[in-house]
Amino acid sequence: MDGPAVLELREVEAAYGAIRALHGLSLSVRPGEVVALLGPNGAGKTTTLRVISGLLRPTRGQILYKDQEITGRSPAAIARMGIIHCPEGRHVFKNLTVWENLLLGAYRLRDRAQERQSLEWVFGLFPILKERLNQRAGLLSGGQQQMLAIARALMAKPEILLLDEPSLGLAPRVVEEVFEALAQLKAQGLTMLIVEQNAEKALGLADRAYVLEAGRLVLADQTARLREDPQLVRIYLGR
Amino acid sequence: MGKQSGSEMKILPGRRVEIWLGRSLGGLLLLGLYLLIERGGNAYLQRLTILFLINVMLVVSLNLFTGFTGVFSLGHIGFMALGAYASAILTMPVAMKAVNLPNLPLPLASIALPFLPALLLGGLTTMIIALLIGIPILRLSGHFVAVATLGFLIITRVVLINAEGFTRGTRTFTGVPPYTTLGWTALWALFNVYVAWRLKHSTLGLQLLAARDDPWGARGVGVAIGRVRLIAFGISAFFTGVAGGLWAHFLTAFSPNAFYFSKTFEIIVMMIVGGMGSVTGSVLGTLLVMSVTELLRNLEPGVAVGSFTLGPLYGLSQIGLAVLLILLTAFRRQGLLGDREFRLEATIERLGDWVRKARFSIKAPSAREADPLINELISKLSKR
Amino acid sequence: MHAIGSPEFWIQQLINALGLGSQYALMAVGLAMVFAVMRLINFAHGTVMMWSAYIGLLLLQRGLPFPLVAAGAILGAATLGALMERIAYRPIRGAPDVTLLLNSFAVAVFLENLAVLLFSPRSRPFPMPALLTQVLHPWGDLFLPSIHLWAFGGALLALGGLAFFVTRTRVGLAMRAAAENPTAAQLMGIEVGKVTLLAFVIGSAMAGLAVLFWVAHIGTIQPGMGFEPVLKAFVACVIGGFGTIPGAVLGGYLLGALEILLQGILPSVVVGYRDALVYAVLILLLLVRPGGVLGYGEAERV
Repeated sequence: MDGPAVLELREVEAAYGAIRALHGLSLSVRPGEVVALLGPNGAGKTTTLRVISGLLRPTRGQILYKDQEITGRSPAAIARMGIIHCPEGRHVFKNLTVWENLLLGAYRLRDRAQERQSLEWVFGLFPILKERLNQRAGLLSGGQQQMLAIARALMAKPEILLLDEPSLGLAPRVVEEVFEALAQLKAQGLTMLIVEQNAEKALGLADRAYVLEAGRLVLADQTARLREDPQLVRIYLGR
Repeated sequence: MGKQSGSEMKILPGRRVEIWLGRSLGGLLLLGLYLLIERGGNAYLQRLTILFLINVMLVVSLNLFTGFTGVFSLGHIGFMALGAYASAILTMPVAMKAVNLPNLPLPLASIALPFLPALLLGGLTTMIIALLIGIPILRLSGHFVAVATLGFLIITRVVLINAEGFTRGTRTFTGVPPYTTLGWTALWALFNVYVAWRLKHSTLGLQLLAARDDPWGARGVGVAIGRVRLIAFGISAFFTGVAGGLWAHFLTAFSPNAFYFSKTFEIIVMMIVGGMGSVTGSVLGTLLVMSVTELLRNLEPGVAVGSFTLGPLYGLSQIGLAVLLILLTAFRRQGLLGDREFRLEATIERLGDWVRKARFSIKAPSAREADPLINELISKLSKR
Repeated sequence: MHAIGSPEFWIQQLINALGLGSQYALMAVGLAMVFAVMRLINFAHGTVMMWSAYIGLLLLQRGLPFPLVAAGAILGAATLGALMERIAYRPIRGAPDVTLLLNSFAVAVFLENLAVLLFSPRSRPFPMPALLTQVLHPWGDLFLPSIHLWAFGGALLALGGLAFFVTRTRVGLAMRAAAENPTAAQLMGIEVGKVTLLAFVIGSAMAGLAVLFWVAHIGTIQPGMGFEPVLKAFVACVIGGFGTIPGAVLGGYLLGALEILLQGILPSVVVGYRDALVYAVLILLLLVRPGGVLGYGEAERV
């Protein structure tokens, strides 16, 4: 969990048209770490992930991946480098089968053998998917779709996984299942950056956390210390 | 643009003068222009102006529907065809009918109406048909309405080609009395623009624009979208039909081919150039596009380059239109005016401000721009 | 000819319908693919067909054997499709639907009048080899224009190949993904731009193949010939379900069948209104079942 950062943001600013979403954001993720990105609605958490994966071009600042600048590259190119973004709302391909979704996840892999490895890995984590291989993804339940979305992202053998709101719209029991799988992934050494509304769950998983508010970083610390922090409580429960 | 909102501003004397000045100046200009062309004796210019005015009617009417509702009607030229054929059949002298349209049913074959009633009947027939097809079609959405109206254009064409007793099919429809004059077209065009203008600035117009920009929101405040669109469709079809009648009595000979895709494309480009939703924009757009196409059409027989001629260049004017539209969609989708209007009084105001600014060199705080009364006060003070 | 209702009559209609339907299906597929990846109704699809016919004619006039002429025409169509995507449509990707529609009109008008400019508006004959135009008499007095066989066979091969491509290859799968959700597709490393280009190329090539059969039917080519095919393709797509490949294929055959049927059973007094009736049916369909016969097509309601 040490060493040079896999991912680094330096003074990143981003906007949607005239509306500024991020102000001078700097953060980093080291290999093997699980970092949580917390904050109230509209704080810029999703925007941060979109900037990293290339869906939104920052107006200022740099994004470095393994010390290489990737600012402004196309999302497809960034995905092919190993930065895999599992977007908010899951976005599984509803008209395609579970199998086809998974296969698409492995698009960046050039190798049949690697594809098979990924499949086994993914079936190990989410056995339910193996049972529903030929079902149209749109027919799965919300929780199963979330698992499919994560599995699909894992198929690419990501170097770093960006997860946006994995617990969104899911029943508490399903959230448990999902986070159990994430804990396994953490144990296997996968580097992750997770955006979550559910601060408790996120802090339970992550090593470090950043807290955003109105596009600015307001807290950054080890999760153990953050749990005690009164400022965090205030941010989440309002002023 | 607080300048456009009426009530508070009218209290200030300066503002009222400028509106009055703008409107009368505009009216005088148009009248002068009309007299110039009419008395001028240049037959080419007169013909061009008549065509221009007819096109203005077509474009303004299309814009009245498409621009205000956001719904694309690709079938409007079908209305033009209906109005053209209907009014031409009504005005054709009985003797001519016996020769040209021997299979015309008796009630129609035995009458020949004067110009205005024929135009009105043509327009009304077109409007009724529009209302009938509008009821089902306007319920569709987005590009499906465009498709359905294109279907209407094609159906109209097929019907015109096949109903030989009424239309002589694909053969040229001749013998139409040449009733159209500059005066008639000018009056009708003026009337059309006036109706479109009043409609835009009426409650109905507001409802249409609301439904265009946010259909669900509009429903939420009680706008009956279907009914409101149908009314616009009907009015638009009426004027398009009348324009068709004017056109028929200008050219005096035509066939169904005139009312198909290239005319549709021409009108659409004029509308986009002017700005979807702008009445004055349609006028300006028509002017601009017609100038370009006339220019290009004159080059079509061939262009002298040095010692040899390049050509003939058939299709050049259409290519010009296509390129214009492509550039517009890429760089300026709102055309010239978007959905604002060109107001002579606004231009005069801006001229007035400019003149005032030029008269003294003090740095102008921005508050001054908003109130001409203060401007006048300051200018009086600075003169002392 | 044959008495209406006799078995020979129905077999004849079936043959004609399959032949015509194959042409329409090939033309419609290109339109559907482009709409699926770009939400663009490509009215210039017809002009691509027209240009591929002219390219074929140019090659024929140079004395090339017909198989090469056909290949050249198809390649020409594919290239033109690629150029169109790059130059005319990629810059406005993501624009509102109406803008895309208008743009495609403009491109169509441009391409048509470019042909008028270069080749003059008059029609030119396009001589086809006898193998394609001969009429066979397999039994009784049935007419089997061999062009129908060629069209059906060609469609089977081409559409079969397309089906394989779309369902069983990585790239085909990527195309379906990009059509459904381009953002998510990008996040998997799929270059949506390249996939779109591929859709244009394949769709145009199919249309290039179709136009060969079309020209064999009508015998001459002229710059305005693309307008009717693109309308037919469009109607076919809507009937089957707009924006889907299976919809386009089914719609093509249904349209062919409808046209042949109307042509066969309408009394001569009203047979001229056949096209108007087809469009009336289309409008009715749009009102009642906008998703098309299969129900999976685009169907927004306002």
